[in-house]
Amino acid sequence: MSARRPSVFLERETYRRRRIMDAARLLPILGLALFAIPLLWPTPDTAGPETDPVPMSTAVLYIFGVWAFLIGLAFLFGLKSRGWGPMGSEGLGDEDAR
Amino acid sequence: MASLNLLVSVCLGYVALLFLVAALAERAAAMGRAQWLRSPLVYTLSLSVYCTGWTFYGAVGYAARSGLEFVTIYIGPTLVMIGWWWGLRKLVRIGRSQRVTSIADLLSSRYGKSNGLAIGVTILCVISVTPYIALQLQSIALSLSVFTEEDATRTMETGAFWAAIGLGIFAILFGTRNLDANERHHGVVIAVALEAVVKLFALIAVGVFVVWGLAGGMGETLARIDVSEIGQWEVHGGRWTAITLLAAAAVICLPRMFQVMVVENEDERHLRVAAWAFPLYLLLMSLFVIPIAVVGLDLMPQGSNPDLFVLSLPLSQGNEGLAMLAFIGGFSSATSMVIVAAMALSIMISNHVVMPIYLSTRSGQGASISGDVRHVVLLSRRIAIAAILVLGYLYYRLSGGGAALAAIGLIAFAGIAQILPALVGGLFWRGATRAGALAGLSLGFAIWVYTLLLPGFGANGLLPASVMEQGPWGIDWLRPYALFGITGMDTIVHSVLWSLSLNTAVFFAVSMMTFPGPVERLQGAQFVNVFDHSFGPRGWSGSVAQSEDLMIMSQRILGPAEAQDLFQREAERQGARGHLPEPTPAFLETLERELSGSVGTATAHAMVGQIVGGSAVSVEDLLAVADESAQMLEYSSRLEEKSAELTRTAAQLREANEKLTQLSVQKDAFLSQVSHELRTPMTSIRAFSEIMRDEDGLSAEEKARYAGVIHDEALRLTRLLDDLLDLSVLESGQVSLDMRSGQLTDVLDQAVAAALAGTTEGMAVHRRGVDEAVALYTDLDRLAQVFINLIANASKYCDAARPELTIRVRNLGDRLAVDFLDNGSGVPVHARALVFEKFARVSGDKAGGAGLGLAICREILERLGGDIHYLNDHSGGAFRVILPKAHAMAAQ
Repeated sequence: MSARRPSVFLERETYRRRRIMDAARLLPILGLALFAIPLLWPTPDTAGPETDPVPMSTAVLYIFGVWAFLIGLAFLFGLKSRGWGPMGSEGLGDEDAR
Repeated sequence: MASLNLLVSVCLGYVALLFLVAALAERAAAMGRAQWLRSPLVYTLSLSVYCTGWTFYGAVGYAARSGLEFVTIYIGPTLVMIGWWWGLRKLVRIGRSQRVTSIADLLSSRYGKSNGLAIGVTILCVISVTPYIALQLQSIALSLSVFTEEDATRTMETGAFWAAIGLGIFAILFGTRNLDANERHHGVVIAVALEAVVKLFALIAVGVFVVWGLAGGMGETLARIDVSEIGQWEVHGGRWTAITLLAAAAVICLPRMFQVMVVENEDERHLRVAAWAFPLYLLLMSLFVIPIAVVGLDLMPQGSNPDLFVLSLPLSQGNEGLAMLAFIGGFSSATSMVIVAAMALSIMISNHVVMPIYLSTRSGQGASISGDVRHVVLLSRRIAIAAILVLGYLYYRLSGGGAALAAIGLIAFAGIAQILPALVGGLFWRGATRAGALAGLSLGFAIWVYTLLLPGFGANGLLPASVMEQGPWGIDWLRPYALFGITGMDTIVHSVLWSLSLNTAVFFAVSMMTFPGPVERLQGAQFVNVFDHSFGPRGWSGSVAQSEDLMIMSQRILGPAEAQDLFQREAERQGARGHLPEPTPAFLETLERELSGSVGTATAHAMVGQIVGGSAVSVEDLLAVADESAQMLEYSSRLEEKSAELTRTAAQLREANEKLTQLSVQKDAFLSQVSHELRTPMTSIRAFSEIMRDEDGLSAEEKARYAGVIHDEALRLTRLLDDLLDLSVLESGQVSLDMRSGQLTDVLDQAVAAALAGTTEGMAVHRRGVDEAVALYTDLDRLAQVFINLIANASKYCDAARPELTIRVRNLGDRLAVDFLDNGSGVPVHARALVFEKFARVSGDKAGGAGLGLAICREILERLGGDIHYLNDHSGGAFRVILPKAHAMAAQ
């Protein structure tokens, strides 16, 4: 999903904005990866003699920590995109004729 | 212990409060003072309809049974929400630009406004959501049973029954109060938002009570967690992934979520806030789940239902107020879900099932349907809500009401997730076709019913035990829990894996193989590239639509006030205040969109189509229209040509008429001239002949003089008549030319001799013999007549003291010019234009000619293919005779 405009070089601000959009699109993938990590943890079934299963409190802290982290990132993106308005080729504020 | 009566009255009071809030919100919205109703906060809170009784009670039970697996239900939506820029933004934009009223409407709209698909999705949604409604009934019933010490089963049965009835009435009162063009329900949204606050507050209150009141603080709680039954990370990877996926799908596809997220969305910028605020809400809702579960498992007696820890824990500690708050929280969760879900489903049912059938049964009558369509819509919605709750209750009774809340919820999720491939494919892939969507949906749905829904009713519920164990007709690899012989999988993972993967595969395969219809392709492009173009070209070409019919129809659907308002606004916009607006394409489009809010896109399209004339404007129709207009263009250009021709003809006729009039005038003038010319000599002849007759004493000399006058006048008359005859013969074109070969010199010699014969004073004639040696092929006598006339004129009119005439012959290429130039004063300028006219005499009666000579010359030369004109650039009289040389050449 790169720029649809023919121009090769974008204004510095527009360029930055596009990279932020890229980051926003990647956010759920990052979340997916972070939430998938616990699947690699040893469980009581898979834990060997020398590895202890992960205690629930750690798991809870990890899951909720990641959760809060993602919310924070989404919040930051929301804050960043606030002023975008009708600008940007696929900006939020493209007025849909109301 | 609180009595049942108290609980019921608390519930009723709470519902009354909600109703009051909703009514106030709607009134505020109607008065336009509802800015705060449209805040992102309200939008976010309304999204919390995702958290139902299942969340409120079930999550703790889920955690007590399977540890952290319960968070997957909230992680899925979180991932969808934080990825809003990629997906939800598009969905909401499409929903707004296409005025989508439900998930079924969205799919129908995307796949060529197919009502078949809409019905399919509606059925799927009703069947998938039924277990979910049952879940809410169960949660209310369960929570009631906690408060009563009497027979718990009996309480649950009656509780579920009355809950179904109460929720039904509630949903009908809320959801079908009015018909809004956009299906936006401010009242419901605000009530749901209020309930969201109540349930969050209640759950957090219980959580705080458990963590700080019972467990003794944060650290203590964490320690307690680790030593509890669920103290270790113990998650089934397949389930973790599958349920996350299901929850992610559900947050988009569940009819109630779609309703609040897309349909009720006021401003797509609200998503920006909801993207982090809704995950935060989910996080807060699940924050205390594990502690409550752990403490519940610790404190509550063995065998007590973990689904009810939220209630029973405070109750067992004697904290009845908190228990009551928790009860209200749970009640809130259940009611908000049931209201929104029933409302969303009833919209789908009335728009996609009831209205098309109703309209098709009355299709013959068109706009003149008697009765109120609006009334039919509302009635069908009310009936639909009641039916949905009846179905939910039946499911609850049939499934035995024993299954854990989470299991029922997951069944519903898995069913609704079947919409996902068609939805995502429709949003991002232009190649997705209706056939593909229908095939994928049907297959996925069938697999879901077979592997999850039917077995869910228990071993001998709807599927006989033999089918469960050996497969239908003993076919081993078709066992519901072990398709294709793969055994040992978790039932949910098994069902999700097969249904979704086969659904997606078939969707893609069929889409690749089929070819979409024109409307489908149009809509596909509009959906996939929604950010590129704002509003769709779904134009009505109907100028034949009758505004009155449209008005009557809109009144029935939108209600008289709204319809009149809409039409009036349009009329004002068109500048025709006080009249019905013209049915312009733009207006028809607006109207269709407004109507689609009430009856769905496909139906609105059909209804407008019925009145406008064409049932549906397909691209074929557009092409036909284009063809037609091309034909019309051609026709009109032909008409234009014809009219130009007519104009030309008319001009010609006018010209001819003018000429005729002129000719008539000329003829009259000619006649009067002729009579005048004839009368003058006649008068003399008569006078002198009378004298000779009546006077006796006339001398012979006198007699001879009078007879001479009479003779002269008679000659003059004869000459005049000869000339006239000559002229009329020449003009009528009946002259017979005597074409002969000859030399110009000879003709000139003859002419000079004839013209100057009998003239007293001689006129010098200058000629150049070399130039005159030109052979001619023409009527030599006539040509000579012309020359004689010209020379005679020169000798008559030349007023020089020593008259001289120069005859000059010039070669003009293919023509020959013979100039007759004298040294007199020539023809006065004002008379030059007239000299060739009949009876045009320049200098009085000096020469006594009739004034026909030059006219005759012109006529003769015209016959001979030549011309004669006066040379303006010469000082004396100067006539140029032009002869065609072709004749001269022919003579050689």
